[in-house]
Amino acid sequence: MAQRGIREFDAKRMLTAGVSRYAGSTATCEARLALVSPQSDLDAFPDAFPWLTETNLAVKPDQLFGKRGKNNLLLLDANWQDTKKWIEERRDQKETIIQNGNAITGILTHFLVEPFTPHTEEYYLAITTEREGDVIHFSPKGGVDIEELWDTVQEFRVPILADVDDLHLEDELPIANLTDKNLISAFMKNLHKFFVDYHFTYLELNPFTLKDHQVVPLDCVARVDDAAVFQCMDKWGSLYFPTAFGTSRSVEEEHIKAIDAETGASLKFNILNPAGRIWLMVAGGGASVIYADTVVDLGYTEELANYGEYSGNPSTEETYEYTRTILQLMTRQKDQHGRNKYLIIGGGIANFTDVAATFTGIIKAIEKYGDALKRVNTKIFVRRGGPNYKTGLDLMKRLGERIGIPMEVYGPEMHMTRVVKLALEGE
Amino acid sequence: MESYTLFDVDTKAFVYGSQRVAVQRMLDFDYMCRRKEPSVAGMITPERGGFEKVFWGTREIMLPRYQSIKEAAASHPEADVMINFASERSAYDTTREALDIDTIRTVTVIAEGVPERHARILAALAKKNNKWIIGPATVGGIKAGAFKIGNAAGTPENIAECKLYRPGSVGFVSKSGGMSNECYNIIARNTDGVYEGVAIGGDLFPGSTLMDHLLRYEANPDIKMMVCLGEVGGIDEYTIAEAVKSKKLSKPVVIWITGTSATVMPKGVQFGHAGARADSALETAEAKNRALKEAGLIVPDSFDDFDIKIRETFDQLKKENKITPAAEIEPRKVPMDFKQAVSEGLVRRSTNFVSTICDDRGEEHSYAGVPITKVIEEKYGIGGVIGLLWFKKKMPVYVTEFIEIVLQVIADHGPAVAGAHNTIVTARAGKNLIESLIAGLATIGPRFGGALNGAAEHFTFGLRSGMSPREFVDHMRKNNVTIQGIGHRTHSIENPDARVELMIGYAKKHFREHPLLDYALKVQDVTTRKRGNLILNIDGLIGILFVDMMRNLGFTEKQIDEEIKIGVFNGFFILGRTMGFMGHFFDQQRLMQPLYRHPFDDILYEVPEKPEEVRLTGRGDEK
Repeated sequence: MAQRGIREFDAKRMLTAGVSRYAGSTATCEARLALVSPQSDLDAFPDAFPWLTETNLAVKPDQLFGKRGKNNLLLLDANWQDTKKWIEERRDQKETIIQNGNAITGILTHFLVEPFTPHTEEYYLAITTEREGDVIHFSPKGGVDIEELWDTVQEFRVPILADVDDLHLEDELPIANLTDKNLISAFMKNLHKFFVDYHFTYLELNPFTLKDHQVVPLDCVARVDDAAVFQCMDKWGSLYFPTAFGTSRSVEEEHIKAIDAETGASLKFNILNPAGRIWLMVAGGGASVIYADTVVDLGYTEELANYGEYSGNPSTEETYEYTRTILQLMTRQKDQHGRNKYLIIGGGIANFTDVAATFTGIIKAIEKYGDALKRVNTKIFVRRGGPNYKTGLDLMKRLGERIGIPMEVYGPEMHMTRVVKLALEGE
Repeated sequence: MESYTLFDVDTKAFVYGSQRVAVQRMLDFDYMCRRKEPSVAGMITPERGGFEKVFWGTREIMLPRYQSIKEAAASHPEADVMINFASERSAYDTTREALDIDTIRTVTVIAEGVPERHARILAALAKKNNKWIIGPATVGGIKAGAFKIGNAAGTPENIAECKLYRPGSVGFVSKSGGMSNECYNIIARNTDGVYEGVAIGGDLFPGSTLMDHLLRYEANPDIKMMVCLGEVGGIDEYTIAEAVKSKKLSKPVVIWITGTSATVMPKGVQFGHAGARADSALETAEAKNRALKEAGLIVPDSFDDFDIKIRETFDQLKKENKITPAAEIEPRKVPMDFKQAVSEGLVRRSTNFVSTICDDRGEEHSYAGVPITKVIEEKYGIGGVIGLLWFKKKMPVYVTEFIEIVLQVIADHGPAVAGAHNTIVTARAGKNLIESLIAGLATIGPRFGGALNGAAEHFTFGLRSGMSPREFVDHMRKNNVTIQGIGHRTHSIENPDARVELMIGYAKKHFREHPLLDYALKVQDVTTRKRGNLILNIDGLIGILFVDMMRNLGFTEKQIDEEIKIGVFNGFFILGRTMGFMGHFFDQQRLMQPLYRHPFDDILYEVPEKPEEVRLTGRGDEK
């Protein structure tokens, strides 16, 4: 549960429906939007969205990345035929974009199509959150270069317990045209109410413009708090959280994700380097980060094979599946230099998770992969504490003796991460 | 109480939510520390009031359960802490409610997944009213030797190992709840122990911050040094660096920000906690660790040296005589839970109950070893389920079908029979389903429905004794016993009962052998010679066919006698007829039938004018 980026399409869809809910809502939004997905039948689009053939259009990928103009992924002022052709040339194709100086390659899948709005004025508007309240950022000089023009950005703070209607935005906006000024200040207030009610955590319209007394958001970036799904189910409508552009999951990662989605426990698994020699199987959100840190801090970043965690009292079956997935990857091939591989079964001292019970599933999986683990020269290090840990550690020790894999087993007497050092410095 | 003190040895708390285990762990801790009274004033459980039984040492005590926060607070104005186990859906509302109550000063929010905006509102409300929120998404915290929040610090065994039963000199605060327990262990092994520890929770906007608690520890003269574990994401830790620079924090602080590996993780990997996400360079673990080190805090190179830095700092304070290590005391022993002792093989106990027909313990309930899903998949049907639960047998299809035919045949025989009549009269008296059903079932016995068992018994006796049907009938008459299952009000040899014909046909077709049926039909030949309606009736036939069915299934004669004796045959009648009785009940309800009163003219009143005088012959009457 955390802040999640959403598609520009969804943000605008919610925005156009949302801001008109509030009193004094003179400022409405352009509401014509269409999202193209890999399944969309473009030939059927004009029937579903008649405006596509009535006005010129703007189209861009809608996959959580910005700077689409600079990445040459923006088509403006085009008719439907050209728009369609433009999409068809790019849909399901690999594309490399530059973001924050990094090149990221991914597949283009989703596109946002809107009416093209010729305009002169470009405004910047964003709402961010801080502990004490929200901050509304506004600049009359919006656009792609806003970062260079940051000194034109005004900040209006809305304390968390305050009402945005108590702010006198209209007095402070540096806009000459009185009608525009009133329209924008009213819109800003409604936008903030919308931001609050829909549990947004970040919302940026850069730029937006005005047309016929309507606000037209030209570009929009948004994040919502997915913990609010219960409160916002109706307001959000069907809201899907896409993964970042360029991230693709392996079969194994998908497998664990599927189990995670179905259980009350938490199971996370990310492959960093399948050829890495250090495999982590760590219990707990806090401890898992620290084990990965320690490998990195000790200078073995390139050997770190995975990151993940299991917590919240997973069942024996779930820990078995989790372990099996890791072991399957770990035993796929020997290290190319024939060096040892390390499986670190780590964790802090649990508050209430039954250690012996979670170990039962892990042991079952290790037993199954015993020969394979030996083949790739595995050493196992165990460190764990918490309810029933002595029984759990005993079970592990006996397992090591039974299947003949070198294994070191420690409880709370050993500093939590020292097994990492023990493993790596034994090299 | 000083403003920097949230908990002491007299602190009383409410636990919101049905958290018996957490409450018991709190009380075990209290008992271990020799607190005078339990730290839990009561549980708040909207679904139910009354009491909860918990242990205080070996003794059981009654802990009140309240259905609202207001009610609990009114009954215990001395309780100033609420430990809120409400789900992420209701944590916000219940915490707000608690903050509105004057006597509650600190609320711990355990739930993970409280929306950020709600958490920020709670934090602001608490601050406005000089109150404290710990959490959300936390396990809580512990004040050594004084007060423990919920499940913090784990088992009594761990509490003993980490010396949390008496205060040390170290104030600890972390984001992670899981790691807090680990750190109590690290601190116990490298210093004189924890004075107080708090996990503020892994969310981006915790109700109280690392800094808030460090400032409390700074103000507390009993705390000599502080240990803090932060996390990648957010910028709260910079306020700590500032506070050290400006001397607002003057005691030594050993601190480590976890998540140094975040920069090597692929984009989009969510670390364990919701708040563990760096959106800007400032929020990375490296940047924060560096800034803290530059500000003069004690920062290890890696978590792996955290213990060493803590030990060095403590030893230095000792050398400078700034610390007098806490004296060792013996914690009071907490009795082991019976369940744990069993799992460790330390005790055993003879059971009071034994059950051999089903098991409800595993992942899935089973009937005689067959999981219920398999019962459905393999189409056991009602007959098959009866086979499993009454006889622990997987019955062949002809038997389960036979059982189901029987149940259908005897489901109802009209509203006039004793049982249905009683059900109807009771229903009309305004009684509920179960009472009306019981009234009907109560009539089942030797005279109503009892023919099943009776016929089985009588005919089995006849067949086994070797008497010819003629001899059997004579024997019964001689002994003044009416043969059960013989005779019908309307049906006769000339006007046979179609149901009887049907069932005899079924048995002859499917049963390998049916000796008792053959015998009973011969007996019928004898009795119908006397009068045409002395036929084998449906109840009798069912009883007889069940005996034959059991023989087919391999029951011994002795086993068959036992089944008759314990009333299994009546069981079929009760089960089947229950369908009818319930039908009558629902019918009467829907028809809204009023109380039934029997008409005078249907009762023969034959009452004497006066009662018979009894001659008094007792001792007192002789005078």
